[in-house]
Amino acid sequence: MTDATNDPAATAGPTPDQARRADAADRAAGAPMLAADGTPLKKSLARSLRIQKARALMLVAPLLIFVLVTFIAPIGDMLFRSVENQIVSETLPRTTARIDQWDATSGDAPDEQMFEALFYDLFIAEARKEHTRLGTRLNYEQTGMSSLFRRSGRSLDDISDVYLDQFEDLNEAWDEGRPWAELMGEPDWIADQEEFDAAEAEGRMPAFRVRDEMLELLPRAAATYETFARFAQTEDEDSPLEEEPWGLVHTALYYDLMEADVSGYNGPQAALLKEADAAVAEFETVNFKEGMLAIDKDWGSVETWTTLQMYSPDYTSGYFLNAVDMQKTADGPALRDADERIYGLLFKRTLFMSLVITFSCIALAYPVAYLLSNLPARTANLLMILVLLPFWTSLLVRTSAWKVMLQQQGVINDVLVWLGIVADDSRLVMINNQFGTIVAMTHILLPFMILPMYSVMSTIPPSYVRAAKSLGATNWTAFWRVYFPQSVPGIGAGSILVFILSIGYYITPEIVGGTTGTFISNRIAYHISSSLNWGLAAALGSILLVVVLVLYWAYDRIVGIDNVKLGG
Amino acid sequence: MKFSKTLLTTTALTVGGAAAFAAGHGNMADSMTLVSWGGAYQSSQQQAYVEPYQEMNPDVSVSWDESSAEAVAKLRAMNEAGNVTWDLVDVVAADAIRLCDEGLAMEVDHDEILAAAPDGTDASDDFGDLIVSDCYIPQIVYSTTFGYRTDMVPEGVEAPNDICDVFDLETYPGKRALEKRPINNVEWALLCDGVAKEDVYDVLATEEGQDQALAKLDTIKDEVIWWSAGADTPQLLADGEIFMGSTYNGRLFSVIEEQGQPVGMMWDAQVFDLDGWIIPADLPEDRLARVLDFVKFATDTQRLADQAKYISYGPARASSAPLVPENMKQHMPTDPANAQNTFLYNYEFWADYRDDIDAKFQSWLAQ
Repeated sequence: MTDATNDPAATAGPTPDQARRADAADRAAGAPMLAADGTPLKKSLARSLRIQKARALMLVAPLLIFVLVTFIAPIGDMLFRSVENQIVSETLPRTTARIDQWDATSGDAPDEQMFEALFYDLFIAEARKEHTRLGTRLNYEQTGMSSLFRRSGRSLDDISDVYLDQFEDLNEAWDEGRPWAELMGEPDWIADQEEFDAAEAEGRMPAFRVRDEMLELLPRAAATYETFARFAQTEDEDSPLEEEPWGLVHTALYYDLMEADVSGYNGPQAALLKEADAAVAEFETVNFKEGMLAIDKDWGSVETWTTLQMYSPDYTSGYFLNAVDMQKTADGPALRDADERIYGLLFKRTLFMSLVITFSCIALAYPVAYLLSNLPARTANLLMILVLLPFWTSLLVRTSAWKVMLQQQGVINDVLVWLGIVADDSRLVMINNQFGTIVAMTHILLPFMILPMYSVMSTIPPSYVRAAKSLGATNWTAFWRVYFPQSVPGIGAGSILVFILSIGYYITPEIVGGTTGTFISNRIAYHISSSLNWGLAAALGSILLVVVLVLYWAYDRIVGIDNVKLGG
Repeated sequence: MKFSKTLLTTTALTVGGAAAFAAGHGNMADSMTLVSWGGAYQSSQQQAYVEPYQEMNPDVSVSWDESSAEAVAKLRAMNEAGNVTWDLVDVVAADAIRLCDEGLAMEVDHDEILAAAPDGTDASDDFGDLIVSDCYIPQIVYSTTFGYRTDMVPEGVEAPNDICDVFDLETYPGKRALEKRPINNVEWALLCDGVAKEDVYDVLATEEGQDQALAKLDTIKDEVIWWSAGADTPQLLADGEIFMGSTYNGRLFSVIEEQGQPVGMMWDAQVFDLDGWIIPADLPEDRLARVLDFVKFATDTQRLADQAKYISYGPARASSAPLVPENMKQHMPTDPANAQNTFLYNYEFWADYRDDIDAKFQSWLAQ
């Protein structure tokens, strides 16, 4: 900031008159308006606004950060699951890299290379216990995937044991950890690991380092051994020097030796490797494709591979398509079979019933709020307690009370039968349907309508209605033309509250809704807690959120959000 | 800075102190959080397992979390957040399989961690086929079966004793309560639509079979109240709201024996299911040691038989059966008189078909 006292004009202090004249002169000259300290007024204003804003931001910062961390971030994370699909490419990296080369329209299962990739992926996934998780994920899209992955995981050894056994028969050394570690690992790493093992130290093991020579000579075996060694170190906390590697490594070594020329190799365990190299040509082999098909014939089906191909990308529209009763097919998105569509119906029903509940709340709450705001304060307070009383009662208790009231052997039916209005054998069905949900939810949400209405109505001066009447208006005209328009902001606020609360309601429809009175939120809850299809739940939730925002926007356009008051 | 230093010192002291304390007790944590279903079932566990265990280990405190119904979802969320606060979770077999599939439950070697039977039989043989997953330690066998109001049986008609009476609205008019999910209901529907018991799941695996089951359910759809909580059917029966309804046999036992309601058990085509423990994956060492110690005690032959004193669920060990009190035997789902016609829940089938058939079922319900 420049020091204002250095400016002679500022020291003198312009009189308002002078300043105005100077301003006029400046404007005429096109020069910017200056603040008292000589900086352009615009800049100075912007700076002070900025400081003000920063101060305001600092004041709200604790709440803002709290809301961001505990509310927005988890919701964002949950909604993100509606498109997230990395699990497929993370669990089956080799297969998903190749899968686009397969042509689904060929009508045949993929070739041997694809099955080789699948075998490697599944073997590693099985060691990490991730294959069944992927099976559950894919089972949402195609029935049978869950047991396909579980069964396959159990039987992968059928293939790898063929090689494992032959290597072991050839030389016992292949059955031990040490020779493998010397063959594959950097000598420095072996020394580090030995030191670590000897010290029986806790903590992280020196990370396995593979020899570059091996990566070139035996690429598959070196890569799989590296995966094995890292896994042994971090997951099992076993020293690779002592652990016999997976059968997968033996399998990889077999295929490497069939191709590689190891005659020039002179590193550690050269004799062992050369002995194996000489023998592998005579080894009995299994074809990966035949082996996988023997484990489960579903690996030969085009549907299995089509599903894998369709859900191999990292992000998927599958959950959103499911949420609108569609599904991915080879020819693009298509509607589901008529007997599997449900979400469209539930969305429509949720909106319709929320509107009905909102309107019945308005109809019931308006007279109550009017009465409350026009009674003497003491009586009004007493009545207010009656309005608030349900608020202090548990939601579950209130819902269950409605069950007792409405069921066929319930209070209302008993009274009606006693009065002779309905016959004993044709009692009214008032629960486990839409009617029950609407009644119970209207009752539960009623205070949210009465309170904003009351607080708006109590600010409407009674003199306006008296003035209207004294000018000759009838009671109805005075109410409709003078009182009612002033109470609209209360109706608006109450409606938004009730509508938005009811659109996400869950417990009451679950208990009294039966089959025709349940909401979309009941399905969301089912997918969160029972089917564990969180992606679909997130997609349904996202759609619900968007619908609410669109309705809010429409409300703003039609009624105007400024026209909503919670009081005063 | 100074504050954080103090904090660090305190933490170090506390941790050190706790570690020293734990070392004195063979490195076992001195508290456990068990997860169960609440109600009579949880209190039977409290009386049969926890109280005797605490008598032997007075330092151990046990807290209960009644979250078994949402155990899979909650455990998954805890695992993602990296903070599993549960030590031992009671779940039904289907959930145990899912938890095992998801890597959320620890795989156990039953013979190594569980006590052998008194006659020396290995635990895995004693539990037999009930070990449906490598992660699962079964406790009890329960069944889902029908109860009916004895005072609502029409005059001159025999009380219902056949599963197909549920579908016979002419002989047995009145409302029924069925669970709001396809499992069990579609099997019963097919059984009463002429499908042989051994073919039920083969038929259900086909589109036509699923449609056939829903068509059969359609014949009683207007008379059905669909329940989602185990307490619903007992309440509906007690209020006379329904004539018959399916629920867990232990719930019916308490309606009949404890509340004295005019309710009878049907038992026919009851569906056996299991309830048991799983240990969450990746527990810290001291907590795991405590849990293993507790589980070994709580699932031995005597403890499982003791539990049957408090609730009418059959012990999962073969060796516990002879130790069940005489007066409870007649209420056990496994009692020969009750188990003349039973049905075993096919876990593998439902793991595969659950999502598919549920979508159809819900869509059918909503129409």
